[in-house]
Amino acid sequence: MKITINGEAKELRDGLSITELLVVENVEMPEMVSVQLNDEFLKQDEYAATIVKEGDDINFLYFMGGGA
Amino acid sequence: MRDFSDEELERYSRHIILEDVGIEGQEKILNSKVLIIGAGGLGSPVALYLAAAGVGEIGIVDGDVVDLSNLQRQVIHTTSEVGTAKVISAKRKMEAINPNIKVTVYQTMLDASNILEIVKGYDFIIDGTDNFSAKFLINDACIIANKPYSHGGILRFGGQTMTIKPHESACYACVFDSPPPANAIPTCSSAGILGAVAGMLGTIQATEALKVIVGVGEPLYNRLLSFDAKAMSFRNINFKKNPKCRVCGGEGIKELRDYEAVVCEMKR
Ligand SMILES: [Zn+2]
Repeated sequence: MKITINGEAKELRDGLSITELLVVENVEMPEMVSVQLNDEFLKQDEYAATIVKEGDDINFLYFMGGGA
Repeated sequence: MRDFSDEELERYSRHIILEDVGIEGQEKILNSKVLIIGAGGLGSPVALYLAAAGVGEIGIVDGDVVDLSNLQRQVIHTTSEVGTAKVISAKRKMEAINPNIKVTVYQTMLDASNILEIVKGYDFIIDGTDNFSAKFLINDACIIANKPYSHGGILRFGGQTMTIKPHESACYACVFDSPPPANAIPTCSSAGILGAVAGMLGTIQATEALKVIVGVGEPLYNRLLSFDAKAMSFRNINFKKNPKCRVCGGEGIKELRDYEAVVCEMKR
């Protein structure tokens, strides 16, 4: 399955949920990202039931709280 | 149109000769009012550049005093000012750069009880704060008060920023919904920040403020600019306003509340 993650083309096995994708992609702290799937932002309670499909465009947006 | 003095014509000549700014754009800058929340790593470059640009009235909010560990990145403060209120230190430098502007200081921390009253006197707001409870509060207040603002966040070698036009472009909560759980947050001093990275992001925020004031170019509406200074790679992530957004969608929010503050165990 070909998908795009953070602007990069990736080849991954079929049937991954967003929860599994976060593990495969080594996102260490899933609580610190907002997941965008094809323009829509997912709620955390939707990750497990959302299955990634061929051609999906996914972005992980990291929370950044610094500024001082 | 106002009469520019010879001093002003010379001081702002490099703006005025810019085709997209001109004398009309500089007049808009001189008539503008910007509130900078936080006189730290982001607020320092924003305050220096907006003062230099001639923003007519600048408010600056911070309840802290200058600490030695701030000086690695908070370039508006100096070694001799350790122990001085940050807003006082910042005002000195802003007025030294440009005595023609008015600087108003708020030596306080913003919360749900005072933010709307302060924000309402300004045309554009800069988020230069260092915690999620403040960032979400600023977003909520700017949506309620209908004030355009610049979100900024930095961490280690990275930064992100977006510009928000309330009720028209996506807000911070459209993208990030709610503060992350307190125990997951590496924002305090333990996470570290390369000083110059704060300058990179702050100067982008100052540029966005000036673009919105002058009405030139395409502000970072409906997109997050994210960069990683180690790779020195920049990326735009596009999105739309979320009709179901907790803050700006549907009924949205009507009243402010304070988000749970995350206390840093180490000194900043
Ligand atoms: Zn929103």
